[in-house]
Amino acid sequence: MEKILIQISLKKTIYTSEGSSVLDINLDISNKSLITLFGRSGAGKTTILRMIAGLTKPESGKIIFDDSVWFESATKTNIKPQFRDLGFVFQDYALFPNMTVREHLNYAQSIKDDNYISELMETFGLNSFESKKPQFLSGGQKQKLSLARALARKPKLLLLDEPLSALDNESRINLQEEILKAHRLFSTATILVSHDLDEISRLSDKVYNLENGTLTEGNV
Amino acid sequence: MNEGFFEPFRLSLQLAFFTTLILFIIGIPLAYYLSYSTNRFKILLQVILSMPLVLPPSVLGFYLLLLFSPNSFLGKIITSLFDTQLAFSFAGILIGSIIFNFPFMVNSLESGFSNLPSSLREASYTLGKSSFTTLRRILLPNIKPALLTGICLTFAHTIGEFGVILMIGGSIPGKTRVASLAVYDEVQALNLDRAQEYSLYLFLFSFIILTVIYSINKDFFKWKKY
Repeated sequence: MEKILIQISLKKTIYTSEGSSVLDINLDISNKSLITLFGRSGAGKTTILRMIAGLTKPESGKIIFDDSVWFESATKTNIKPQFRDLGFVFQDYALFPNMTVREHLNYAQSIKDDNYISELMETFGLNSFESKKPQFLSGGQKQKLSLARALARKPKLLLLDEPLSALDNESRINLQEEILKAHRLFSTATILVSHDLDEISRLSDKVYNLENGTLTEGNV
Repeated sequence: MNEGFFEPFRLSLQLAFFTTLILFIIGIPLAYYLSYSTNRFKILLQVILSMPLVLPPSVLGFYLLLLFSPNSFLGKIITSLFDTQLAFSFAGILIGSIIFNFPFMVNSLESGFSNLPSSLREASYTLGKSSFTTLRRILLPNIKPALLTGICLTFAHTIGEFGVILMIGGSIPGKTRVASLAVYDEVQALNLDRAQEYSLYLFLFSFIILTVIYSINKDFFKWKKY
């Protein structure tokens, strides 16, 4: 039986243009699995990722990660994002305008490991851009850098917020392959959020549908 | 032009340099707090720091003069500790100048922080970096134009200060008589040629500083389009 890496049980009121609704999420994710959270825009998918990362505070519930408590409302435990072993790929890439491609990867590492950085650059085809700053990269290259940066500190959990939404068709197909390659190579448990059932959803171990604030396991 | 002609300029530059330096050091943590704190009382701090924008300089100068007077509580402490007084001294006009220029430095830095996408800060946190490392390596390098604007505005505004300095410092040659006060004194003494010269220098200086600020911001917005 596969080991459960993270257990999530959270409640949070979210406010959208259509009024407020309550997210009531229960989710167990096993080690090294790839899951997709699917739902329409504004359903609260990004909020779920942000709560897991510690960027948004849930109202109640708990997050247990690998036997350590990240969040527990009953005991008022809320571990800072810095101390959660995860990588986050933001929808707007969130690349640092002052850093080159290589500097991004160096910055992301807590323990310097040049071989690993070279491996990441190789895997994501970033070698020819290593001294370029983000403003000189294409959308697809930015997304790859964002993915490589999130993996640079070797997290056990990778969160991807709509990684394919801003890309053209060719880049989408390309990046889908990159995500799967990274997932296989680095054996990182991955949660991917999407408002569109892409190819990647069909390649996921599980797909969950977020509707009316709750998650239901869907057919892959 | 005799030797004394440039004395007020030297004092103005000295005052502007120290005001800018000190405000830069205390402005960064203050602007950081104002940009990111969710404390509901921070609005009070914002109001207090912005008061010099709307308060007549004479009013601020008057209150500071009362505070600095040797008979006040603060004045007594200063006198017993340093055997000096703040009223009519360079240290006094420096403190007044720092308070008066708070909004020029802090507002510039605060708008720099607020204009950065919050995801940059959050991305750094999810990479395990502390708030301080994030400030030093991500936030400050990406708000360079705001830093430069804050520095230039504070410096230029200190050079142009009049009311607060006159109230706190009087106009003591070599001590508190800065260039802007020298213009006033020369007009009072009907030395219009001298006043003309001081004014021309101040005009040119302000013109250059503002040109620098606008050039920096123009380049920044070009860069930001990416």
